[in-house]
Amino acid sequence: MVPLLDIQGLSFARDHRALASDLAFSLSPGDILRVEGPNGSGKTTLLRILAGLFTDYEGELCYRGQPLRGSGRHTMRSESHFLGHQSALKLSLTALENLQWLAALNAVRVSAKEIETALNRVGLRGYEEVPCRQLSAGQQRRVALARLFLVPASLWLLDEPFTALDRQAVSELEGWIAAFAAEGGVVVLTTHHALRDMDGLRSLSLGAL
Amino acid sequence: MNLGLCWLLLRRELLVSLRRRSDLANPLFFFLIVCALFPLGLGPSPVLLAGMAPGILWIVALLSVLMASDGLFRADFDDGTLEQVLLSPVSLYLTSLLKVLAHWLLSGLPLTLLSPVLALMLHMPSAGIPALLASLGLGTLVLSFIAAIGAALTVGLKRGGVLLSLLVLPLFVPVLIFGSAAVQRAVQGMDSSAPLALLGAMAALFLVVAPLAIAGAMRVSHDQ
Repeated sequence: MVPLLDIQGLSFARDHRALASDLAFSLSPGDILRVEGPNGSGKTTLLRILAGLFTDYEGELCYRGQPLRGSGRHTMRSESHFLGHQSALKLSLTALENLQWLAALNAVRVSAKEIETALNRVGLRGYEEVPCRQLSAGQQRRVALARLFLVPASLWLLDEPFTALDRQAVSELEGWIAAFAAEGGVVVLTTHHALRDMDGLRSLSLGAL
Repeated sequence: MNLGLCWLLLRRELLVSLRRRSDLANPLFFFLIVCALFPLGLGPSPVLLAGMAPGILWIVALLSVLMASDGLFRADFDDGTLEQVLLSPVSLYLTSLLKVLAHWLLSGLPLTLLSPVLALMLHMPSAGIPALLASLGLGTLVLSFIAAIGAALTVGLKRGGVLLSLLVLPLFVPVLIFGSAAVQRAVQGMDSSAPLALLGAMAALFLVVAPLAIAGAMRVSHDQ
């Protein structure tokens, strides 16, 4: 079977400091990859490379067997979610408007009902019409996470997804990640948080160079 | 990609701008106030003002568009939404085009609609008003596209403002020349269709080509 994501001989540097050399891993449906390492070890850079936001690297990256420098990129864009350090929310817009727009960016039209269901799942029932500026940092993070349930995907790239979340939300998110992997999704995440044991969980350590 | 999704993407741009009223009103106030200062500085002679009105209106409109475009992509860059736009399966050409159109609808268009009032204040003969509306309407659209290319190129820089002006002002010059010429000719009772046609051609060209340049510039600015 062709792995979803296949990385061979990946090397990258930031400001002339080599962060990783000759990384190789491949991820198949059901895999969760946790990228670990001290601050500045290149965790975010690795995620940005996978997402296609940073192209100054060497190596072969393939998505479903297609090279990410070519035809694989578009396939991956329509099948993946990238959640970065920033929540990608417009603070002046309501949760509903933000999610509607994020779904439209994925070329998907969602009804207000579907958004309500997604917000309900992340514990924000009744917050649809509240401008995101009035939400706490953790609630804003939850709105950003609601996107994961709104648009179906096969790959989640999560950069520090547990930031600002309370203990209950952390365990919920762990549950969602495990459930998503169990359904055949692939998750790559960076975190300093000690993840609970899940099926298919693997680790990748950066910062050895 | 259907029209409904295009509308959703456009609506979001409009909503974001409409909820930040000060950013919206600033360029219009600038246009209003600077045009109102000219009679005070030059003296109230109607002949002098009428002769200079097309040039004054055009130069101030140009600076006001430049002012409005500085932050065109900055907020999206800072809050991470630009990242999502870059990663979206929707073509960057389309999102760039809609972004600039939304920007023009809320800056260039109101400015164009406001201009006849200021033209009358500057004693410009009313024969020039149709040409003023047409030239500013087309011209501000071209200016918005040019400024958006500059804004996309400088969005990754901490202080991009000065560089943006240096980049785009030379490209603004032809628009200014043809725009004010159209009004000037109409005021003098001559046919102004030639400069207007040139402005129209520029608008059509930029409508097609500029989103490509903006998309490329955004990718380059973000790849770091």
